[in-house]
Amino acid sequence: MLRQAQHQGIAVEATDLVKDFGETRAVDGVSLEVPAGSIYGLLGPNGAGKTTTLRILLGIIDPSSGTRRVLGHEHPLDAAAEVGYLPEERGLYPAMHARDAIAFVGALRGLPLREGRRRADQLLKEHNLGDWARKPIRTLSKGMAQTVQLLGTIIHKPRLIVLDEPFAGLDAINQGRLEELIRREAREGATIIFSTHVIAHAERLCERIAIIAKGKVAFEGRVDEARGRLRPIVRLRTRADDGPWRAAIPQSARREGDEYVFELPEGGPEPLLKALIDGGAGIETLAIERPGLHDAFVAIAGDSAAAAMATGEAVG
Amino acid sequence: MMRFIRSAFVIARRDFSATVLSKTFLFFLLGPLFPLLLGGAFGSIGARVASRTERPVVAVVMPPEDSARIAAARNRLAGAIGDEALVTLVYYDPERDLAGQQKHLLASGGPPVRAVLTGRLGSPHLAGDIRADDPTARQLDLILRDAVSPAAPAPPLNVSPAAAASGSLAKDRALTGQIGQVALFFLTLMLSTMVLSQLIEEKSNKIIEVIAAAIPIDAMFVGKLFAMLAASVLGLVVWIGAGAFLIQLISRGGVQTLAVPAVGWPGFLSLAILYFGMNYLLLGAVFMTIGAQASTAREVQTMSMPVTFGQVLIFGFASTAIGSANSPEALAAAIFPLSSPMVMLARAAEQPGWWPHAAALLWQGLWVTLILKLGARLFRKTVLKSGPRPKRRWFGRRAGAPG
Repeated sequence: MLRQAQHQGIAVEATDLVKDFGETRAVDGVSLEVPAGSIYGLLGPNGAGKTTTLRILLGIIDPSSGTRRVLGHEHPLDAAAEVGYLPEERGLYPAMHARDAIAFVGALRGLPLREGRRRADQLLKEHNLGDWARKPIRTLSKGMAQTVQLLGTIIHKPRLIVLDEPFAGLDAINQGRLEELIRREAREGATIIFSTHVIAHAERLCERIAIIAKGKVAFEGRVDEARGRLRPIVRLRTRADDGPWRAAIPQSARREGDEYVFELPEGGPEPLLKALIDGGAGIETLAIERPGLHDAFVAIAGDSAAAAMATGEAVG
Repeated sequence: MMRFIRSAFVIARRDFSATVLSKTFLFFLLGPLFPLLLGGAFGSIGARVASRTERPVVAVVMPPEDSARIAAARNRLAGAIGDEALVTLVYYDPERDLAGQQKHLLASGGPPVRAVLTGRLGSPHLAGDIRADDPTARQLDLILRDAVSPAAPAPPLNVSPAAAASGSLAKDRALTGQIGQVALFFLTLMLSTMVLSQLIEEKSNKIIEVIAAAIPIDAMFVGKLFAMLAASVLGLVVWIGAGAFLIQLISRGGVQTLAVPAVGWPGFLSLAILYFGMNYLLLGAVFMTIGAQASTAREVQTMSMPVTFGQVLIFGFASTAIGSANSPEALAAAIFPLSSPMVMLARAAEQPGWWPHAAALLWQGLWVTLILKLGARLFRKTVLKSGPRPKRRWFGRRAGAPG
């Protein structure tokens, strides 16, 4: 059953959020709208302001200016019972048993402890951690502890799940499991916001994204719209080396091996094909590719931000 | 409000279980008993050793008839002031070489003779490590006078014991108040370091983010304080029980020897529990606020010394109220929130009347709320934030800011 879904509404809304730490402006006029029931990605390199934005949305810190609205509440803590949060820096009480740790996080969100323990046992079994339910957190592997914390995030069946860099530190198998869990929660009606500096996760999961760079929203909208900002890419291989067909190739085209790579001209594929054929290019292969989110990110946030995303370094 | 209480309860339940169910809590419970037991054991051994070694021994070297009269005189005096307060006398018959005997007695060490009394009752002579104005010499003088001419028996003194006289009652009640203050001081002193480090676990485990996103920080502070309070009350019950048992064992008459407080024992004990709670909450709220700024156990350790000194100062301020509950200093100490519980407990021992206590408890409760609010706000501002801290201001300008 869907969790009191509000698919028609907006789950989270932020308007002109600003956060200053002394003389440093960490968040600079961030505005975004997260539709209820969607998977929403906050993309940006480390230090871009993603975590600060999430902390403001969750009510951990207050903005210097601007407004936020979470599940219809002006103060995020008023919606705390319906929100789940996995912070970037994971943390659990080492001496606590796994089921108690999950139930404790649920209790913080208003779930009765007994019910929390019951659900925790069930969730741990589902995630092949049933044998670890009554073991202290300190005896669990890092991956297991991360799973336990994630289960604590969803134990109370929240309508809004906020995950800060959820894939960090997970191996490929666990990343796949987490992606599946996110999809499942979304199918059940939860709204999911997650931050990441790995574009592939956002590309696979998100319907909408916000690209944040240097505290500002460089783009906010559907993933398709981000990609749509770039023209399709043409990859062309010809038998002829030269001829009148060369006039149809834009000046900005680059060579990658035997291929010409360039943006599809304004007129679309048909005039291009005609010019190539009429000009005697002798087309060997011609592929028109949809640009990826990475290409869109580079175009929107700039090369330096993209490089920082790739290396995981903070941008200055 | 219900959400606040429920949130505080979740934190309190976790902290209480984590504290009480840990193995180290046993040491916490036994901790204060060790000094008491060791103090009791070594104290009684020390007292016995001291009584054996420090009571002066004087050798009486006189003819047997003189020695007998001296012994009788000593017994009469011992009947009046107690044997333990009197010089110990050992008797010897004079030998031919009196000078040699005297020298031997002073040097022998068994028993450790401090002086030797020789001659006859009419012309006694005392030699040894002693002066004429020494209390031992004076006691001997008194014994010798009585031995020479025993005093005529006095008529028996009829004594009618009264429950309390105003002079002694005020003094005894002041003592009860002082004992209450000292107990309150030591109990909160022991807990202060624990309160200082209350948030280190959450900060080092990073679970603070999860908590701060789910409940108000004020609720977390209140939950932590009350968990610690509950754990310490558990300890208090054990310690008071053990303490009362020890007093009952050691002291003749036990706890009944203490003066009845002005508000009566039930009232005093009820107020003692309430003021312990308030004292703990007030100091705990301050220390938790201070401790919340620390990020490591080392920083907490560094903070604990000035914090302890602060507590000693507050205790010193509060102790000015003993014996003069309505003096300006006592009133100031009762108004100053951090010393107020200790002062008011002493007042309960010395002064009757309940309304000052009702007013004081309200006043202290108000300050607990204010300090917690301020602490939570400070915590949110200085600890729960990402990015660099604001640069220090020097002379009203931000360092590094363009002029």
